[in-house]
Amino acid sequence: MIGIENIIFLVVAAVGIGLFVWQIRKIRKNVLMGRDTVLADNPSERLSKVLLVAFGQQKMFKRMLPAVLHLFVYVGFLVINIEVIEILIDGVFGTHRILGFAGVLYSGLMFINEILAALVIVACAVFLWRRNVTKVPRLANGVEMRAWPKLDANIILVVEIVLMLALFVFNISDLKLAQLRGTHIAGAYPISSLFVNALGSDPETLYMAGRIGWWFHILGILAFMNYLPSSKHFHIIMAFPNVYYSKLLPKGKFTTNPAITHEIKAMLDPSYQPPAPEVDAEGNMVIQRFGAKDVEDLAWKQLMDAYTCTECGRCTSVCPANITGKLLSPRKIVMDTRDRMEEKGEHPAIFAPNHYKELGVERVHVTEENTLLRGYITPEELWACTTCNACVESCPVNIDQLSTIMDLRRYLVLEESAAPASLNAMFTNIENNGAPWAFSPADRFNWAEELYMPSKN
Amino acid sequence: MAEMAASGEEPEILFWVGCAGAFDDRYKRVTRAFVQILEHVGVKYAVLGTEESCTGDPAKRAGNEFLFQMQAITNIEVMNAYNVKKIVTACPHCFNTIKNEYPDLGGNYKVIHHSTFLQQLINEGKVHVKGGEAFQGRRITYHDSCYLGRANNIYEAPREVLAALDADLVEMKRSRANGLCCGAGGAQMFKEPEPGRKDINIERTEEALATLGTAGNSVIATACPFCMVMMNDGVKNKDQEENVQVFDIAELVAQAEGLSK
Repeated sequence: MIGIENIIFLVVAAVGIGLFVWQIRKIRKNVLMGRDTVLADNPSERLSKVLLVAFGQQKMFKRMLPAVLHLFVYVGFLVINIEVIEILIDGVFGTHRILGFAGVLYSGLMFINEILAALVIVACAVFLWRRNVTKVPRLANGVEMRAWPKLDANIILVVEIVLMLALFVFNISDLKLAQLRGTHIAGAYPISSLFVNALGSDPETLYMAGRIGWWFHILGILAFMNYLPSSKHFHIIMAFPNVYYSKLLPKGKFTTNPAITHEIKAMLDPSYQPPAPEVDAEGNMVIQRFGAKDVEDLAWKQLMDAYTCTECGRCTSVCPANITGKLLSPRKIVMDTRDRMEEKGEHPAIFAPNHYKELGVERVHVTEENTLLRGYITPEELWACTTCNACVESCPVNIDQLSTIMDLRRYLVLEESAAPASLNAMFTNIENNGAPWAFSPADRFNWAEELYMPSKN
Repeated sequence: MAEMAASGEEPEILFWVGCAGAFDDRYKRVTRAFVQILEHVGVKYAVLGTEESCTGDPAKRAGNEFLFQMQAITNIEVMNAYNVKKIVTACPHCFNTIKNEYPDLGGNYKVIHHSTFLQQLINEGKVHVKGGEAFQGRRITYHDSCYLGRANNIYEAPREVLAALDADLVEMKRSRANGLCCGAGGAQMFKEPEPGRKDINIERTEEALATLGTAGNSVIATACPFCMVMMNDGVKNKDQEENVQVFDIAELVAQAEGLSK
């Protein structure tokens, strides 16, 4: 029977979903600030990556304990969402446990749901413990782990626990009510049945508790969904497209700039005709910037990376530069990109997390220059990178931190000639001698002189 | 190469020596060892000699795309003029650049790293490292080169070469896809490291030494000129030259085969 409660529910659900769509549009707009890149090749390989890395959690399993705990939360999220479908239908049409007709199937679903909900609570509790008590270094340390990233992580974990508890309150009161009335409710509830006496036996109170649990769960989900775009937890959505668009080429292959190729070919061969320069809508020549100084110089995939980052710090914890105490932290590069993107573009979130200043030190601009390079990321960080790809390898959601580091380096060298002096010396050696060291090219074959070659006797 | 071309011959492979292989005193020994192996198995090979120039890898990793492309396009013109089809190199940086980055600029070759090449020779029975007792029972640990391993997924070929030596192959905690960089990639080889707690090669050497233990006469095997320099420096820094030697896998094969001491 549809009553006032259902109309309220319908309005709340519509507002919640609408608000979420509005935020997603803003994020999409921000990501599209980036350069065009076409990443549509090999759809079958891309899909298999999504199945393995995103759905299959393949790369999470490089670290066993967090992988197993994360798997509980992840599978819990997927399965419990099936119940959310039921909640939505019940909410709109005033039905109660509408999917109950499915009999054994429904019992199975509820059974698994309860087990998973309990495991989610356990996992989140352990995660809270790891963050706040044992302070796992990659989660607790690092200049980029400022007040907001830390608070954000704790909010997510507490909210997840509360949402699961709300689900249990709903189930327990339903069970107890059925017991009191001598009726039977569809489903099997291995955890809730242990707690049937926890809520007393006044039918009125039980009914209210059930409704509160039910409303709290669905309101919580709608609110949480709208919290996501402000949070690292947005990865639960972005992981899938981000893995789809991940780099399929060998990790050692860096991008080639065709504009430079044309320039060099024209230099070496005067008869070479480079293609006509790009023009914008008004017919003005597009001035090409070599490398990246700010977010709009990066490709959209690199900006998408920034919205996908979970701030788990696996990249930073395997970075040889970071391990040995240098300034570089691949995670910071990605987080800086996101912060700068939101500063420059629209704020996708309902509130502005990167301006959050309640606790501790907040984002400081490194220099007066208000750009990603220098304003957020210093050359010292960039020059510490050995391009070893450890960060790229470690990322569970296929973020390419190295490509961003390289594009920023290219700007320093190609636009500002601001490489460290010793690298400039190396460039000069290559130009003059064809080797990074100052040896004469005429000596290149000297190694053979001392060689004893049996076949030449 | 020029001589072969003049006499109308085409080599089976071009051995790309690389700047370290041509100029670095320590790495010249690797170049010679590899050439001795090539001579030993009778492969028809050639080198570019003075016509070879830096691939441009350090320029590219340092962000100098312009200089990189200058080098690449010039090298490609030389190799295409000689109709080069197959290239073998001992340097993972040259290997990666020629294999992955030259095709965009018109250089399409079959590029093989010497670890894969040596593994093939062993599999084909052209090199019989087994039976040589030089390495029996000695502890060897292999240090993965980033540009061979993570960059190009070559983890097993160098290990299979080492396994053929009958040595006691031990793995470091961080190996294969989780291997730790020697600290020289990305043009770090040509500059001082940024300030930090310690240098990367020291961290890696400590790990290698801990893995090898105190037995002495043990080996850190590398397959990259940069890794060799960095690990050698690390071993010297730790005063362990007496106990631990750093060798390239080509040198180990040449020794086992009795081609060099």
